[in-house]
Amino acid sequence: MAEVESGASGLEQRRPLSPHLQIYRPMLTMVMSIAHRITGVVLYLGTLLLAWFLIAASTGPGAYAVAASFVNSIFGKLILFGFTWALFHHLLGGVRHIVWDFGHGFAPPQREWLAQATLVGGIVLTVAVWGIALLVR
Amino acid sequence: MKTRNIARKALEGKVVMATGPTSIRTAMGKARFLGSAKSGTTDAWMMRVTTLALVPLSIAFVAIVLSLTSKDYNEARAELGHPVPAIIMLLFILSGVFHMKLGMQSIIDDYVHDMHLKEWSLIANLFFSVCIGLACIYAVLKLGFT
Repeated sequence: MAEVESGASGLEQRRPLSPHLQIYRPMLTMVMSIAHRITGVVLYLGTLLLAWFLIAASTGPGAYAVAASFVNSIFGKLILFGFTWALFHHLLGGVRHIVWDFGHGFAPPQREWLAQATLVGGIVLTVAVWGIALLVR
Repeated sequence: MKTRNIARKALEGKVVMATGPTSIRTAMGKARFLGSAKSGTTDAWMMRVTTLALVPLSIAFVAIVLSLTSKDYNEARAELGHPVPAIIMLLFILSGVFHMKLGMQSIIDDYVHDMHLKEWSLIANLFFSVCIGLACIYAVLKLGFT
Protein backbone atom coordinates (compact mmCIF):
# COMPACT_ATOMS: atom_id res chain seq x y z
CA MET A 1 0.00 0.00 0.00
CA ALA A 2 1.40 3.33 -1.01
CA GLU A 3 1.80 5.97 1.61
CA VAL A 4 -1.22 8.17 2.15
CA GLU A 5 -0.84 11.71 0.86
CA SER A 6 -1.77 14.49 3.18
CA GLY A 7 -4.70 16.73 2.27
CA ALA A 8 -8.27 15.91 1.28
CA SER A 9 -7.70 16.22 -2.50
CA GLY A 10 -4.96 13.58 -2.44
CA LEU A 11 -7.15 11.19 -0.51
CA GLU A 12 -10.10 11.76 -2.81
CA GLN A 13 -8.03 10.93 -5.88
CA ARG A 14 -6.84 7.63 -4.39
CA ARG A 15 -10.22 6.57 -3.11
CA PRO A 16 -11.24 3.25 -4.70
CA LEU A 17 -14.26 3.43 -6.99
CA SER A 18 -16.84 0.69 -7.34
CA PRO A 19 -16.86 -0.86 -10.84
CA HIS A 20 -19.48 0.55 -13.19
CA LEU A 21 -21.12 -0.59 -16.44
CA GLN A 22 -18.10 -0.36 -18.74
CA ILE A 23 -16.13 -2.96 -16.78
CA TYR A 24 -18.67 -5.76 -17.23
CA ARG A 25 -19.01 -8.11 -20.19
CA PRO A 26 -22.51 -7.54 -21.62
CA MET A 27 -24.80 -10.27 -20.32
CA LEU A 28 -28.24 -11.17 -21.63
CA THR A 29 -29.99 -10.35 -18.34
CA MET A 30 -28.26 -6.96 -18.25
CA VAL A 31 -29.08 -6.18 -21.89
CA MET A 32 -32.71 -7.20 -21.27
CA SER A 33 -32.90 -4.89 -18.26
CA ILE A 34 -31.70 -1.98 -20.40
CA ALA A 35 -34.04 -3.01 -23.24
CA HIS A 36 -36.95 -3.00 -20.78
CA ARG A 37 -36.28 0.66 -19.95
CA ILE A 38 -35.76 1.65 -23.58
CA THR A 39 -38.99 -0.05 -24.73
CA GLY A 40 -40.74 1.70 -21.85
CA VAL A 41 -39.55 5.08 -23.12
CA VAL A 42 -40.56 4.12 -26.68
CA LEU A 43 -44.08 3.22 -25.50
CA TYR A 44 -44.21 6.47 -23.51
CA LEU A 45 -43.69 8.38 -26.76
CA GLY A 46 -45.98 5.96 -28.62
CA THR A 47 -48.95 7.23 -26.62
CA LEU A 48 -48.73 10.37 -28.81
CA LEU A 49 -49.68 8.22 -31.81
CA LEU A 50 -52.54 6.58 -29.88
CA ALA A 51 -53.83 9.99 -28.75
CA TRP A 52 -53.61 11.33 -32.33
CA PHE A 53 -55.49 8.29 -33.67
CA LEU A 54 -58.27 8.49 -31.04
CA ILE A 55 -58.67 12.27 -31.39
CA ALA A 56 -58.81 11.90 -35.19
CA ALA A 57 -61.43 9.13 -34.96
CA SER A 58 -63.55 11.26 -32.63
CA THR A 59 -63.14 14.42 -34.76
CA GLY A 60 -64.50 13.18 -38.08
CA PRO A 61 -63.89 11.35 -41.38
CA GLY A 62 -61.40 13.95 -42.67
CA ALA A 63 -59.13 13.85 -39.62
CA TYR A 64 -59.45 10.07 -39.46
CA ALA A 65 -58.39 9.74 -43.10
CA VAL A 66 -55.18 11.70 -42.40
CA ALA A 67 -54.30 9.52 -39.38
CA ALA A 68 -55.24 6.32 -41.23
CA SER A 69 -53.16 7.26 -44.27
CA PHE A 70 -50.13 7.79 -42.01
CA VAL A 71 -50.67 4.47 -40.23
CA ASN A 72 -51.14 2.68 -43.58
CA SER A 73 -48.02 4.18 -45.17
CA ILE A 74 -44.76 2.18 -45.23
CA PHE A 75 -43.21 4.55 -42.69
CA GLY A 76 -46.29 4.36 -40.46
CA LYS A 77 -46.36 0.57 -40.65
CA LEU A 78 -42.67 0.38 -39.73
CA ILE A 79 -43.29 2.59 -36.70
CA LEU A 80 -46.36 0.55 -35.73
CA PHE A 81 -44.36 -2.68 -36.11
CA GLY A 82 -41.73 -1.23 -33.80
CA PHE A 83 -44.37 -0.21 -31.25
CA THR A 84 -45.93 -3.70 -31.42
CA TRP A 85 -42.57 -5.29 -30.62
CA ALA A 86 -41.84 -2.73 -27.88
CA LEU A 87 -45.24 -3.42 -26.31
CA PHE A 88 -44.84 -7.22 -26.29
CA HIS A 89 -41.22 -7.06 -25.15
CA HIS A 90 -42.11 -4.69 -22.33
CA LEU A 91 -45.22 -6.75 -21.47
CA LEU A 92 -43.23 -9.97 -21.13
CA GLY A 93 -40.54 -8.07 -19.23
CA GLY A 94 -43.27 -6.91 -16.85
CA VAL A 95 -44.47 -10.50 -16.38
CA ARG A 96 -40.84 -11.39 -15.60
CA HIS A 97 -40.82 -8.72 -12.90
CA ILE A 98 -44.09 -10.07 -11.46
CA VAL A 99 -42.49 -13.55 -11.29
CA TRP A 100 -39.54 -12.02 -9.43
CA ASP A 101 -41.86 -10.05 -7.11
CA PHE A 102 -43.45 -13.35 -6.06
CA GLY A 103 -39.97 -14.59 -5.15
CA HIS A 104 -39.37 -16.97 -8.03
CA GLY A 105 -36.83 -17.18 -10.87
CA PHE A 106 -33.72 -15.75 -9.21
CA ALA A 107 -31.36 -18.72 -9.76
CA PRO A 108 -28.84 -18.21 -12.63
CA PRO A 109 -30.35 -20.82 -15.04
CA GLN A 110 -33.88 -19.56 -14.31
CA ARG A 111 -33.14 -15.89 -14.89
CA GLU A 112 -31.22 -16.78 -18.06
CA TRP A 113 -34.24 -18.79 -19.25
CA LEU A 114 -36.60 -15.94 -18.37
CA ALA A 115 -34.45 -13.48 -20.32
CA GLN A 116 -34.37 -15.74 -23.37
CA ALA A 117 -38.12 -16.41 -23.15
CA THR A 118 -38.83 -12.66 -22.99
CA LEU A 119 -36.64 -11.97 -26.00
CA VAL A 120 -37.98 -14.80 -28.16
CA GLY A 121 -41.57 -14.41 -26.93
CA GLY A 122 -41.64 -10.70 -27.80
CA ILE A 123 -40.49 -11.38 -31.36
CA VAL A 124 -42.84 -14.38 -31.84
CA LEU A 125 -45.90 -12.46 -30.56
CA THR A 126 -45.07 -9.45 -32.76
CA VAL A 127 -44.73 -11.61 -35.89
CA ALA A 128 -47.92 -13.52 -34.97
CA VAL A 129 -49.99 -10.34 -34.53
CA TRP A 130 -48.74 -8.88 -37.84
CA GLY A 131 -49.37 -12.23 -39.55
CA ILE A 132 -52.97 -12.17 -38.32
CA ALA A 133 -53.31 -8.51 -39.38
CA LEU A 134 -52.13 -9.33 -42.92
CA LEU A 135 -54.41 -12.40 -43.14
CA VAL A 136 -57.47 -10.44 -41.94
CA ARG A 137 -57.08 -7.68 -44.56
CA MET B 1 -24.52 20.89 -4.18
CA LYS B 2 -24.85 18.66 -1.15
CA THR B 3 -25.34 21.54 1.26
CA ARG B 4 -27.95 23.12 -0.99
CA ASN B 5 -29.85 19.83 -1.01
CA ILE B 6 -29.87 19.66 2.75
CA ALA B 7 -30.84 23.33 3.03
CA ARG B 8 -33.76 22.82 0.67
CA LYS B 9 -34.93 19.72 2.50
CA ALA B 10 -34.75 21.66 5.77
CA LEU B 11 -36.94 24.38 4.23
CA GLU B 12 -39.45 21.77 3.15
CA GLY B 13 -39.42 20.29 6.63
CA LYS B 14 -38.02 17.03 5.34
CA VAL B 15 -34.91 16.94 7.51
CA VAL B 16 -35.79 15.18 10.70
CA MET B 17 -33.69 16.49 13.53
CA ALA B 18 -33.64 13.34 15.62
CA THR B 19 -32.25 10.77 13.19
CA GLY B 20 -29.44 9.48 15.40
CA PRO B 21 -29.50 6.35 17.53
CA THR B 22 -31.82 8.12 19.96
CA SER B 23 -34.53 8.73 17.32
CA ILE B 24 -37.92 7.25 18.09
CA ARG B 25 -38.80 7.20 14.37
CA THR B 26 -38.93 3.62 13.12
CA ALA B 27 -37.20 2.46 9.94
CA MET B 28 -40.63 1.78 8.41
CA GLY B 29 -41.77 5.29 9.27
CA LYS B 30 -38.78 6.76 7.45
CA ALA B 31 -39.22 4.45 4.45
CA ARG B 32 -42.89 5.34 4.11
CA PHE B 33 -42.41 9.08 3.86
CA LEU B 34 -38.92 9.58 2.42
CA GLY B 35 -36.87 7.62 -0.12
CA SER B 36 -35.37 8.87 -3.39
CA ALA B 37 -38.76 9.71 -4.90
CA LYS B 38 -39.86 11.47 -1.69
CA SER B 39 -43.05 9.48 -1.61
CA GLY B 40 -42.17 6.32 0.28
CA THR B 41 -43.27 2.97 -1.07
CA THR B 42 -46.50 4.15 -2.75
CA ASP B 43 -44.94 4.52 -6.20
CA ALA B 44 -43.20 1.14 -6.08
CA TRP B 45 -46.46 -0.50 -5.02
CA MET B 46 -48.57 1.25 -7.68
CA MET B 47 -46.00 0.30 -10.32
CA ARG B 48 -46.65 -3.36 -9.52
CA VAL B 49 -50.42 -2.97 -9.31
CA THR B 50 -50.58 -1.24 -12.72
CA THR B 51 -48.27 -3.92 -14.18
CA LEU B 52 -50.74 -6.59 -13.07
CA ALA B 53 -53.66 -4.65 -14.56
CA LEU B 54 -51.84 -4.01 -17.83
CA VAL B 55 -51.10 -7.68 -18.59
CA PRO B 56 -54.69 -8.53 -19.64
CA LEU B 57 -55.54 -4.96 -20.69
CA SER B 58 -52.68 -4.57 -23.17
CA ILE B 59 -53.49 -7.94 -24.74
CA ALA B 60 -57.12 -6.79 -25.12
CA PHE B 61 -55.87 -3.44 -26.49
CA VAL B 62 -53.80 -5.20 -29.18
CA ALA B 63 -56.86 -7.33 -30.08
CA ILE B 64 -59.01 -4.18 -30.47
CA VAL B 65 -56.40 -2.41 -32.63
CA LEU B 66 -56.02 -5.60 -34.68
CA SER B 67 -59.76 -5.77 -35.34
CA LEU B 68 -59.69 -2.10 -36.45
CA THR B 69 -57.16 -2.71 -39.25
CA SER B 70 -59.73 -4.20 -41.63
CA LYS B 71 -62.39 -1.56 -40.90
CA ASP B 72 -63.26 1.76 -42.54
CA TYR B 73 -64.14 4.97 -40.67
CA ASN B 74 -67.79 4.16 -39.86
CA GLU B 75 -67.02 0.59 -38.82
CA ALA B 76 -64.08 1.74 -36.68
CA ARG B 77 -66.29 4.38 -35.02
CA ALA B 78 -68.99 1.79 -34.37
CA GLU B 79 -66.48 -0.59 -32.77
CA LEU B 80 -64.81 2.04 -30.56
CA GLY B 81 -68.25 3.40 -29.65
CA HIS B 82 -69.42 0.00 -28.38
CA PRO B 83 -69.33 -0.10 -24.55
CA VAL B 84 -67.08 -3.17 -24.15
CA PRO B 85 -64.14 -2.03 -26.34
CA ALA B 86 -64.62 1.54 -25.06
CA ILE B 87 -64.43 0.46 -21.40
CA ILE B 88 -61.38 -1.71 -22.13
CA MET B 89 -59.73 1.26 -23.86
CA LEU B 90 -60.51 3.53 -20.90
CA LEU B 91 -59.08 1.02 -18.41
CA PHE B 92 -56.00 0.53 -20.60
CA ILE B 93 -55.42 4.28 -20.94
CA LEU B 94 -55.91 4.97 -17.22
CA SER B 95 -53.60 2.23 -15.96
CA GLY B 96 -51.16 2.76 -18.86
CA VAL B 97 -50.78 6.49 -18.21
CA PHE B 98 -50.34 5.89 -14.47
CA HIS B 99 -47.75 3.20 -15.19
CA MET B 100 -45.77 5.26 -17.72
CA LYS B 101 -45.74 8.30 -15.42
CA LEU B 102 -44.19 6.18 -12.66
CA GLY B 103 -41.74 4.54 -15.07
CA MET B 104 -40.48 7.82 -16.51
CA GLN B 105 -40.30 9.24 -12.98
CA SER B 106 -37.92 6.47 -11.88
CA ILE B 107 -35.78 7.02 -15.00
CA ILE B 108 -35.58 10.76 -14.18
CA ASP B 109 -34.78 9.96 -10.53
CA ASP B 110 -32.00 7.63 -11.68
CA TYR B 111 -30.31 9.64 -14.41
CA VAL B 112 -31.02 13.36 -13.93
CA HIS B 113 -28.64 14.55 -11.24
CA ASP B 114 -29.02 18.32 -11.48
CA MET B 115 -31.66 19.17 -8.89
CA HIS B 116 -33.44 21.91 -10.82
CA LEU B 117 -33.45 19.96 -14.08
CA LYS B 118 -34.77 16.96 -12.16
CA GLU B 119 -37.65 18.90 -10.68
CA TRP B 120 -38.60 20.44 -14.04
CA SER B 121 -38.33 17.01 -15.69
CA LEU B 122 -40.66 15.50 -13.09
CA ILE B 123 -43.16 18.33 -13.64
CA ALA B 124 -42.95 17.88 -17.44
CA ASN B 125 -43.46 14.14 -17.02
CA LEU B 126 -46.59 14.72 -14.95
CA PHE B 127 -47.97 17.29 -17.42
CA PHE B 128 -47.30 15.01 -20.42
CA SER B 129 -48.91 11.98 -18.76
CA VAL B 130 -51.99 13.90 -17.61
CA CYS B 131 -52.43 15.57 -21.04
CA ILE B 132 -52.13 12.28 -22.94
CA GLY B 133 -54.44 10.50 -20.50
CA LEU B 134 -57.10 13.20 -20.56
CA ALA B 135 -56.94 13.59 -24.36
CA CYS B 136 -57.35 9.83 -24.94
CA ILE B 137 -60.16 9.50 -22.40
CA TYR B 138 -62.00 12.52 -23.84
CA ALA B 139 -61.71 11.09 -27.37
CA VAL B 140 -62.96 7.61 -26.34
CA LEU B 141 -65.90 9.14 -24.41
CA LYS B 142 -66.77 11.37 -27.38
CA LEU B 143 -66.74 8.31 -29.68
CA GLY B 144 -69.12 6.57 -27.31
CA PHE B 145 -71.54 9.40 -26.61
CA THR B 146 -71.90 11.09 -30.01
